Amino acid sequence: MRKIFSEEIVNRICETIIEINYKLPEEVKKYIKIAYENEKEKYSRKYLEIILKNIEIAERERIPLCQDTGLAIIFAEIGINVKIEKGIYKDLTEIINKGVEKGSKKGFLRNSVVSAIERENTGNNTPCIIHYLVNEGDKLKFTIIAKGFGSENKSRLKMLNPSEGKMGIENFIIETVEKAGSSPCPPVFIGVGIGGSFEKAALLSKYALSKIGDENSKYRDWEKEILFKINKLKIGPSGFGGNVTALDLKIETYPTHIAGLPVAVNLCCWAHRMGSFEI
Amino acid sequence: MKKIYFPLKNEKDLKKLKAGDYVLINGKILTARDAAHKKLIEIINLKKNIPIEIKNELIYYTGPSPTPEGKIVGSIGPTTSERMDNLTIPLLKLGLKGTMGKGERGKEIVKAFKRFKAVYFITYGGCGAYLSQFVKGIKLLAFEELGPEAIYQLEVYEFPAIVGIDIYGDNFFNYRKV
Repeated sequence: MRKIFSEEIVNRICETIIEINYKLPEEVKKYIKIAYENEKEKYSRKYLEIILKNIEIAERERIPLCQDTGLAIIFAEIGINVKIEKGIYKDLTEIINKGVEKGSKKGFLRNSVVSAIERENTGNNTPCIIHYLVNEGDKLKFTIIAKGFGSENKSRLKMLNPSEGKMGIENFIIETVEKAGSSPCPPVFIGVGIGGSFEKAALLSKYALSKIGDENSKYRDWEKEILFKINKLKIGPSGFGGNVTALDLKIETYPTHIAGLPVAVNLCCWAHRMGSFEI
Repeated sequence: MKKIYFPLKNEKDLKKLKAGDYVLINGKILTARDAAHKKLIEIINLKKNIPIEIKNELIYYTGPSPTPEGKIVGSIGPTTSERMDNLTIPLLKLGLKGTMGKGERGKEIVKAFKRFKAVYFITYGGCGAYLSQFVKGIKLLAFEELGPEAIYQLEVYEFPAIVGIDIYGDNFFNYRKV
């Protein structure tokens, strides 16, 4: 068994949650630069220019890109040959949350987490959302998305009839982006989860967002085709019109029941704040 | 570029602003988002006085991130305005003259801005770091218990925006649709 100490996990999560809020991944920046070069509409072009300035200022001044520093969504891949030395903590969930809390405080991130009904702010950005995945290895891998809620609010899930097939899936994705309009801070990234069950499709869609920038996928051609159709909607950056409504789209699938075809569409603003590390 | 000063000194100042104009906002503006709006409306419905002066003011829909040491303000970009649609008219009735956020608003609200001769400004979504440069001061005004959702007064200098809905009921987003 390989030993990993809780403090290392806390500190790495703390650092990562700060870094991703100050600095976008290189591949995300690349999408935005290409969009700026391709956008002809003058208001939209100006907005993209300001987005690029914003990215530069956030990095230089070490200040969050957006005041909505997001809800931390964490994919925690746990090798079964790892022994976590918990120290003062009860379990791994508490360790991960401690990392988010510490990072939020140290990085001056906004406390955006409230109780669902009472709407009382928890004051430390926790609990975060953790999805545990188990593998045979002796490592821990954490992928963290700081998820803004303007775009989360516009995400949708539908249980299609199996006969609706690929066309039905495409229509639902395009309809979701169209209904979202200017609200999710377009140009957006789109994660699509297809198959599984009601909750599995939603989880797949979030996982698909974590794969943005990955050119190798089973359905790459189809992803690009849907993206092309979405960009014909002409919603454009911030809803100002133009060619760039979405920057990329990723699909994740899972086998499902003969009676069903669940489809989930998870939207993410252009500021797709994401990072990962391995211990 | 057109400039506008808040709180408005004269209602006529809004006449020059047309949907689609780039504009720079100066003076003092208020912040309020979902929770603060809900509280204000509850107080208004009880026919009591709200804790802030709203006549001739501009409300910016934002909840800033905390102010880092040595800085004036944290990241301070707009949130989605549409969520405030059902909570805006009672404030317009009290003399609110401007709102600012991101995204399109409902048809009823466009009409209300015309009726009450107020302006909706759009500013740049996700660009809180950039926009923080135009904020020169921040002061807590009300509802401290709401944390980032409290009502603050911001002192702004040449804060960049676009006129979204003007007092003539013209809507910038209508021109954006092909």
